[in-house]
Amino acid sequence: MQVSRTFYARGQTGQQLLIGAYQALSRQIALGSVVMYNRHEMLDLVMIDGKARGIIVRNLLTGKLERFAAHCVILATGGYGNVFYLSTNAMGCNVTAAWRAVKRGALMANPCYTQIHPTCIPVSGEYQSKLTLMSESLRNDGRVWVPKDKKDVEAIRSGNLAAQDLPEDRRDYYLERRYPAFGNLVPRDVASRAAKVVCDDGLGVNKSGLAVFLDFAEAIQRYGKSEAHAKGIENANPAAIIKLGEKVIETKYGNLFEMYEKITGENPYKTPMMIYPAVHYTMGGLWVDYNLETNIPGLFALGECNFSDHGANRLGASALMQGLADGYFVIPYTVGTYLAADIRTPSISTNHDAFAKVEQEVNDRLNKLLSVKGSQTVEQFHRRLGMIMWDHCGMSRTAEGLSKAKTMIQELRSEYWNDVIVPGEQNEFNPELEKAMRVADFMEMGEMMVEDALHRNESCGGHFREEYQTPEGEALRNDADFTYVAAWEWRDDQDSVLHQEPLKFEKVELKTRSYK
Amino acid sequence: MKLTLKIWRQKNTNSHGKFENYQITADTHMSFLEMLDVLNQDLIEQGKDPVAFEHDCREGICGACGVVIDGRPHGVLKGTTTCQLHMRFFKDGDTITIEPWRASAFPVIKDLVVDRSAFDRIIQAGGYVSVNTGQAQDGNAIPIERDTAAKAFDAAACIGCGACVAACPNASAMLFVSAKVSHLFHLPQGKVEDESRVMSMVTQMDKEGFGNCSNVYACEAECPKEISVENIALMNRRFIKSSLTSNK
Repeated sequence: MQVSRTFYARGQTGQQLLIGAYQALSRQIALGSVVMYNRHEMLDLVMIDGKARGIIVRNLLTGKLERFAAHCVILATGGYGNVFYLSTNAMGCNVTAAWRAVKRGALMANPCYTQIHPTCIPVSGEYQSKLTLMSESLRNDGRVWVPKDKKDVEAIRSGNLAAQDLPEDRRDYYLERRYPAFGNLVPRDVASRAAKVVCDDGLGVNKSGLAVFLDFAEAIQRYGKSEAHAKGIENANPAAIIKLGEKVIETKYGNLFEMYEKITGENPYKTPMMIYPAVHYTMGGLWVDYNLETNIPGLFALGECNFSDHGANRLGASALMQGLADGYFVIPYTVGTYLAADIRTPSISTNHDAFAKVEQEVNDRLNKLLSVKGSQTVEQFHRRLGMIMWDHCGMSRTAEGLSKAKTMIQELRSEYWNDVIVPGEQNEFNPELEKAMRVADFMEMGEMMVEDALHRNESCGGHFREEYQTPEGEALRNDADFTYVAAWEWRDDQDSVLHQEPLKFEKVELKTRSYK
Repeated sequence: MKLTLKIWRQKNTNSHGKFENYQITADTHMSFLEMLDVLNQDLIEQGKDPVAFEHDCREGICGACGVVIDGRPHGVLKGTTTCQLHMRFFKDGDTITIEPWRASAFPVIKDLVVDRSAFDRIIQAGGYVSVNTGQAQDGNAIPIERDTAAKAFDAAACIGCGACVAACPNASAMLFVSAKVSHLFHLPQGKVEDESRVMSMVTQMDKEGFGNCSNVYACEAECPKEISVENIALMNRRFIKSSLTSNK
């Protein structure tokens, strides 16, 4: 059974929720209950007597380090998808706050669970800085296909054949073929892997061979006929039907179609969109309990930066749900419970030795990066890390590839600290220095992701190991050995240490998904 | 394509800026910001100071990016943010002038980066609904007529980038403020505080040093979200009504 479980607001649902949350925050700022420190970045966690008691931040405008002390610390710092360099995340998204907590002893849970979103605009060149997501909602009406025959693929790639002119019987609507019950609406991981399979078979439809079609022609026909009928137009001619149908599509997806045309220069009403999967969301994150508290007392993690809600495979709209639920409905109650035990603890002073020590460590890291004065830019290292991650820890993974990736990342890390070039000074507005600190953390995070992916000898949601699949190419879980959360403890210059939290299913029965 | 970039360089808020020229080879498929990325990589490798510019989502929804390109905020393309502008809209051999938003209420931080926290303070003055989240009636339980909802939504599409201010000869923030006023005014939850909201937001807007509206409509022409100046008319009506009837 399929049920409606979310809302849709002109392809900007998330943005509108964000504006609502921002306005609610602004109200609290006006009331004096919140002070907002714009353009400040957390660079370390301060712990006193085993509890999280504050943070060290860098004022990004002046470059000065500042200390903030509190009875507890809450991180709501987002996911780590930019470890892949190319993703649908905003450019500023990074793992630094969460990773600094890991370096202080917090556990990182299920880091290898990465969501690769099937409907993104394909990569256009080496200079590519990020990938643009076309909303999931498009799959409600769009049909995904590639040509059946490689000759047609060649003709389309070379521009000798327009996709819309290829006859129906020479197209492979592979999602509808493989998953007749769900068709184009299969979950993201399934749709993404299916796109990879056809492209690996040489059927990708753009020059790089890494794209499939998302076609609205049928939906335009269907809506056009229904509109004509509703308006009482008898024997409407084909052109009129298309016009009416396009109007309906425009009301539903107008802004998305416009965005697509701006980026690619192609009109998706007339010619099918090209899409390819891209990194979109990270289900893994800081390990937390039901109160959203990490294993470090007094350190809480909310939203994408924790691992809690999505298992191995997040469903559409669930990240919005988590952001709202964690922030509005969980943490206001659980933090109080934590603070109750601290009710007689006087306010924490930033003059405590722990603050001086951590601040010095942050200062040393910043200085070290600035003093390397090597020959390769931060961006170059980030791109190389992204390639390693995408090739070996992306849509499909193997033990061999992952083992190789681990060595490659370690080598890249040591090269980084010996050859990176970071311009400018510490005590000034310096976006390159900000990036340099983040990329250093992404490298260690990437290594932990690879360790997790290598240890999980099964395929499960966003984690697909080629060695573990059914004869039909579907993910093959190993519930007997892997029904647990893998929470990793970082050790400098050693392998990470695994802690297992068993998953007990009390109300529902553990089953294998089938969309056939 | 070979381009000459004439870019505003300014070390910090207090220093004087000036234009500097750069030569660059770009690809037509690049986005405008990717072209600046390529320039910055070159500058860093040559040991020079990269050009500071602001950006985040790079898909036209966060409002972080925004520079004046050949005299037009976000460039020549209608309804588009800087990050969505692609190089195929330029020609080989072009000289492109790139400047920050120019408004005294938006001081330059460095090069093309300006401080837009004045907008935050305007929102803090009343751009919200005074109900604690989690306690209000479910929004979906109050039916709203489709056209009214659409008007609210059109205004709510504002991303707060500040292009309206940069476009206006008076550096007025009327389009931004009116979009926020109008967004909340059209919805039943926002109507309750309409009078006090419009007064406080306009007062804060004036305090921040934004200019007044003289009906040039450049704001609407340059707005990447195509927010209509009808919102300004609505805000003016609400403002006059509340100044006549308010007890404050």
